[in-house]
Amino acid sequence: MATLGLTCVHLCAGLMGRRAASSLRSLRCVSGMTVSQIDEEVAKLLELKAQLGGDDGKQTFVLKTAKGTRDYNPKQMAIREKVFNTIVSCFKRHGAETIDTPVFELKETLTGKYGEDSKLIYDLKDQGGELLSLRYDLTVPFARYLAMNKITNIKRYHIAKVYRRDNPAMTRGRYREFYQCDFDIAGQYDPMIPDAECLKIVYEILSELDLGDFHIKVNDRRILDGMFAVCGVPDEKFRTICSTVDKLDKMLWEDVKNEMVKEKGLTEEAADQIGEYVSMQGGMDLAERLLHDPKLSQSKQACAGLTDMKQLFSYLQLFQITDKVVFDLSLARGLDYYTGVIYEAVLCQTLQAPTPAPAEQNGAVSGEEGGVSVGSVAGKCPAWGRKQSCQQRRCAPQKLKFWWPQHRRTFWKRDSG
Amino acid sequence: MATLGLTCVHLCAGLMGRRAASSLRSLRCVSGMTVSQIDEEVAKLLELKAQLGGDDGKQTFVLKTAKGTRDYNPKQMAIREKVFNTIVSCFKRHGAETIDTPVFELKETLTGKYGEDSKLIYDLKDQGGELLSLRYDLTVPFARYLAMNKITNIKRYHIAKVYRRDNPAMTRGRYREFYQCDFDIAGQYDPMIPDAECLKIVYEILSELDLGDFHIKVNDRRILDGMFAVCGVPDEKFRTICSTVDKLDKMLWEDVKNEMVKEKGLTEEAADQIGEYVSMQGGMDLAERLLHDPKLSQSKQACAGLTDMKQLFSYLQLFQITDKVVFDLSLARGLDYYTGVIYEAVLCQTLQAPTPAPAEQNGAVSGEEGGVSVGSVAGGGRYDGLVGMFDPKGRKVPCVGVSIGIERIFSIMEQKAELSAEKVRTTETQVLVASAQKNLLEERLRLTAELWNAGIKAELLYKKNPKLLTQLQHCEETGIPLVAILGEQELKDGVVKVRNVATREEVDVSRAELVEEIKKRTSES
Repeated sequence: MATLGLTCVHLCAGLMGRRAASSLRSLRCVSGMTVSQIDEEVAKLLELKAQLGGDDGKQTFVLKTAKGTRDYNPKQMAIREKVFNTIVSCFKRHGAETIDTPVFELKETLTGKYGEDSKLIYDLKDQGGELLSLRYDLTVPFARYLAMNKITNIKRYHIAKVYRRDNPAMTRGRYREFYQCDFDIAGQYDPMIPDAECLKIVYEILSELDLGDFHIKVNDRRILDGMFAVCGVPDEKFRTICSTVDKLDKMLWEDVKNEMVKEKGLTEEAADQIGEYVSMQGGMDLAERLLHDPKLSQSKQACAGLTDMKQLFSYLQLFQITDKVVFDLSLARGLDYYTGVIYEAVLCQTLQAPTPAPAEQNGAVSGEEGGVSVGSVAGKCPAWGRKQSCQQRRCAPQKLKFWWPQHRRTFWKRDSG
Repeated sequence: MATLGLTCVHLCAGLMGRRAASSLRSLRCVSGMTVSQIDEEVAKLLELKAQLGGDDGKQTFVLKTAKGTRDYNPKQMAIREKVFNTIVSCFKRHGAETIDTPVFELKETLTGKYGEDSKLIYDLKDQGGELLSLRYDLTVPFARYLAMNKITNIKRYHIAKVYRRDNPAMTRGRYREFYQCDFDIAGQYDPMIPDAECLKIVYEILSELDLGDFHIKVNDRRILDGMFAVCGVPDEKFRTICSTVDKLDKMLWEDVKNEMVKEKGLTEEAADQIGEYVSMQGGMDLAERLLHDPKLSQSKQACAGLTDMKQLFSYLQLFQITDKVVFDLSLARGLDYYTGVIYEAVLCQTLQAPTPAPAEQNGAVSGEEGGVSVGSVAGGGRYDGLVGMFDPKGRKVPCVGVSIGIERIFSIMEQKAELSAEKVRTTETQVLVASAQKNLLEERLRLTAELWNAGIKAELLYKKNPKLLTQLQHCEETGIPLVAILGEQELKDGVVKVRNVATREEVDVSRAELVEEIKKRTSES
């Protein structure tokens, strides 16, 4: 069986280490329980529940959809069809093909891919056959499809529903069944050309959907890491500092700095230096300037990222989309497995929603905190992986449904063995 | 933390005496836990488990889809899209709207709806919340949707995947995840008009899909039941005799009769009488004749069915589809919840399949045995009692509908594509922007963006300096019909060389007229 190489392992190792185990102490009978002991305990409890009659053994018809799911009525379907048509036309205009995968995968296919978010996976009951789980995103099935069919080059989109057992107390309004719309270019190519095309696609789709003004923030994981390095952030704190920087779209700098210094143990000096960088926005000019920045230019990583950023912007100029693309050093979201360019598209204006908007539901594998970034249609482009996330919002007065697709570019390195 | 009380022990022991209380003693901390307390406890334990790292943390990929499921590759998706477009266009032509429902329902919604086939339902694991099951068909969700929204009238289509844990030994080639395509008209209307429109829709779809010759068999549950009654079949054997009659499309009459007499305990006389009727086929004339049949006319039920059948055929004549519709008394499939007209469309010829064709997977609730009736591509009928089962007040919403055997159709179209010389394209790209020399990436990017902005479907290779041959090969492999070739001389002259991939003809077109030229050429093809 082909393995997908080191990239996969890094991905999983990275995903696992993110959160602290602080909540362990609040669980009963915690000390010393192993995974198999937990399984046994859970099985016993569920057997008891079944003996008690399961939910409540009613014979009447429950006129309810499952929690976190909903029907689409004909009006919603009409809107959905329009949106899909616009998006798919754009994908086709760019020569993409499409695939489809089953709604459930072998449980082992999904195991170990989502870190702590694994608890959000819907499992199917063991009915005496293979152990199955509903797909959590479209990326892992995509990777499996590529490996199964030994495909090295493909430009594909995939629009389908995914399933997550989100805790409704934490994320009010979030759906458990929701659409993802992924676009990915897999393959070894000359740098930045496919990356630029992805941005062109986002630009076209958002323009055609007529959602109002938007802009696309672009950054690069290598630039961020290089910046942290030259600002004196210890390597092991890169990720946690990253997620703090990420909060800049919701919090003021003072609070973000505070968190960096008080909670994450950064020196005030380091925090200030970071603060100077992350306030920078621009275009190719900024990339050029930073390449000559005395501190940043010391980082090879950052230089590589900045050089690519210049190249990217030159292509974006040829694609005529630089009016809405900004190189923004504060863009830090979902960095867990991106390795290069990252981007996120944001609507400039958002309509008033009387009901709380469903929290952003991105396609990120774990990494994504997904707080209520109300305007965001996110996208990120690493050298081998890129992702855009979507958010679902509703605006009651006009009864419009907004839905942003998720585009992603990924490239799985193949093990040479 | 939950307290444990004695009353709850009584509850556990008394409520469901299904299992011996002995196993209760083996459960730790059992006494007194309520269902919601259990849910809470389970959730905590699962959270702990996840923190410990979940299952076994294997890092490899298993390169398999689940049994009975498969990926759709781009070629299959292209075929699928074509089929859906044809079908949906037809539905829209007839004024239908569409809905969508979740892939899983509350387990209790599906409970008790599918009879013995309930064992084929995929359940979701109890992870401490509601008990859920994957939908088994689109009819029960439809009935729930109508009842939930108090809808009495709707004409809707729904195309989506459904899930059945079929036993692969019995039904080789059958998928466990497969598409269903349902069209239903719900509401109280004057008889037979919507029924006739359903048949017209089936006729149109099968004609447009170009699957070869087909015919549609029509019968009526009331006629069948009436026939059984006058032939002396005891009421309680109606259903089982029905499923035996249903086998006539796969078995010879002698074997069917044998089963009726030897296995189902019918008298030979009754079986013979049934045999006479079920060999009858015809049109409105047959319905007329049977209305005067001395035996059958004694059944009120049968007469009602026959009268409606005449009415139906008069409408079918006006719809001009009687050339392919047959009133066939042997049609007995899927009768568990049909209450009136039933129909089934069958292809007259089936292509030779090197691999066994996926067994028919129709949308009927339970009743459908769906053995390998290789030619059947659609089935349906009138079912007036189903929605009432969902309504708390038992309000009836009469329905008539049809389920298109879309997997069967995919399979046929895929075979056709394989046999045909024409390649199925997986992209719709109209032109590849190419360069003949080095260092022209910027020009290619610029031109490609112009084409995209003009709505033209265009690609370029992601290489700074691709060879012309490589670019042309890409066109041949993917079926791109045109190439727009940039070259230094052409750039100086303000032209682009447009090459027809199939004919290899090349012509220089001015930059200003390029978009028009491409549009003209691609609309002609």
